Amino acid sequence: MNFRELTPSVIGVLVRRGADFAAAEDAVQDALVEAVRTWPTYPPRDPKGWLVTVAWRRFLDATRADAARRRREDAVSEEPVPGPALETDDTLRLYFLCAHPSLTPASAVALTLRAVGGLTTRQIADAYLVPEATMAQRISRAKRTVSGVRFEQPGDVATVLRVLYLVFNEGYSGDVDLAAEAIRLTRQLATVIDHPEVSGLLALMLLHHARRDARIAGDGSLVPLAAQDRGRWDTAMITEGVAILQTALSRDRLGEFQAQAAIAALHADAQDATETDWVQIVEWYDELVRLTGSPVVRLNRAVAVGEADGARAGLAELATLDPSLPRYAAVAAYLHERDGDRTAAARLYAEAARKASNAAERDHLTRQAARLNTG
Amino acid sequence: MAKYLLLKHYRGAPAAVNDASMDTWTPEEISAHIQYMSDFARRLETTGEFVAEQALAPEGTWVRYDGEGRPPVTDGPFAETKDLIAGWMLIDVDSYERALELAGELSAAPGKDGKPIHEWLELRPILTMPPTITE
Repeated sequence: MNFRELTPSVIGVLVRRGADFAAAEDAVQDALVEAVRTWPTYPPRDPKGWLVTVAWRRFLDATRADAARRRREDAVSEEPVPGPALETDDTLRLYFLCAHPSLTPASAVALTLRAVGGLTTRQIADAYLVPEATMAQRISRAKRTVSGVRFEQPGDVATVLRVLYLVFNEGYSGDVDLAAEAIRLTRQLATVIDHPEVSGLLALMLLHHARRDARIAGDGSLVPLAAQDRGRWDTAMITEGVAILQTALSRDRLGEFQAQAAIAALHADAQDATETDWVQIVEWYDELVRLTGSPVVRLNRAVAVGEADGARAGLAELATLDPSLPRYAAVAAYLHERDGDRTAAARLYAEAARKASNAAERDHLTRQAARLNTG
Repeated sequence: MAKYLLLKHYRGAPAAVNDASMDTWTPEEISAHIQYMSDFARRLETTGEFVAEQALAPEGTWVRYDGEGRPPVTDGPFAETKDLIAGWMLIDVDSYERALELAGELSAAPGKDGKPIHEWLELRPILTMPPTITE
């Protein structure tokens, strides 16, 4: 039995019975410890029911010890026990609580991984490369922030999706694969909420995840999309992502995740880089610009225009943008090289390398500059 | 979230506003300074922004490879001309603005006469893992 899958719905039941979020989480953690101890010898017939019973007893014990809470405890324990039909609803409410707008993105991510994902504090700390004590504080602050928050004012779907997207983008480190974890959580969300952008995000994650093995070479260096060995893409995952996206798009409620997934799907569709349908990709970027107005999207659009209509057209698009945008120099370098100006390209690649925010990207850009300077 | 390194320099950075060598402070002033730094770190732990910190001894040694089978050449310290790092703190914050705010606060540690040192700190972003989505 997977504890991680059961955790959110058990917490959800306790919270809906009136338990404070932090207290419910503590009680469920206690129950899980108890389960690890006793289940191998006495496996329960109904694991979730067992956990709810034990966690609720722990919660009541903790609450009884607190005289100030006595009256509320009496009030909530008179509430009827909820029926099984409400299970998924509880999990969903927990998602919204973890993505409450009053939390900073870092706190929302940590709380979601802990309470919905069921990861341990140490696993989350390892994944984010911070000390366990720091992550424990981040989580307990987040719990305090949402304690007393009732389900009447949950965060909106967009916030939940943003949190899951942040988890996905964090990638891989430690013994927890955060990208896979984000996909698992988004799948769960998709089973309890019917929203085309949830499907859009799930499709986007699957389409990107399908390329992961081809994105990083054996020595840890980045392999750009055009140079990736497409035989190493996970075609089953791509097929699933495309199918989910098509169903979402057919509902005609376009959002930014669906548009991004559509672009990823067009890349995934090409047998080799030269077959990429850049004209259609530019059209999707137009949609994305309309939906988000984001300057970063405009920058990506300039690359697509450069591929669809030639480097000159791409450079013309680029000229309308703010040079201080992240990756502006890298895009300019690429388009200048395509336009035949190797000197400008080499200078811009070196500039882009200095501004890179991660080591793999910096090394890749430095190699590009070196290739032009020595070739 | 992004990680930043706050670097304190012994030398090489512009002079602090309240620039007096620590050996001219009173013991109480030194204690207050150390207390401030430790309170700062403790507080960042409770906000979930602390990663690590270390103070470094001023005596550094320069080492280089000098050919197969030969001992590395060591020399120094080059105290007059070279910069020395006094210590560092690693933080993990939501934004660059927050990193600036914390660096400013750390720079206000009390020094001589109990007044803030206003020392210069170097703020350097840590290179991260490549994000999953860059394409």
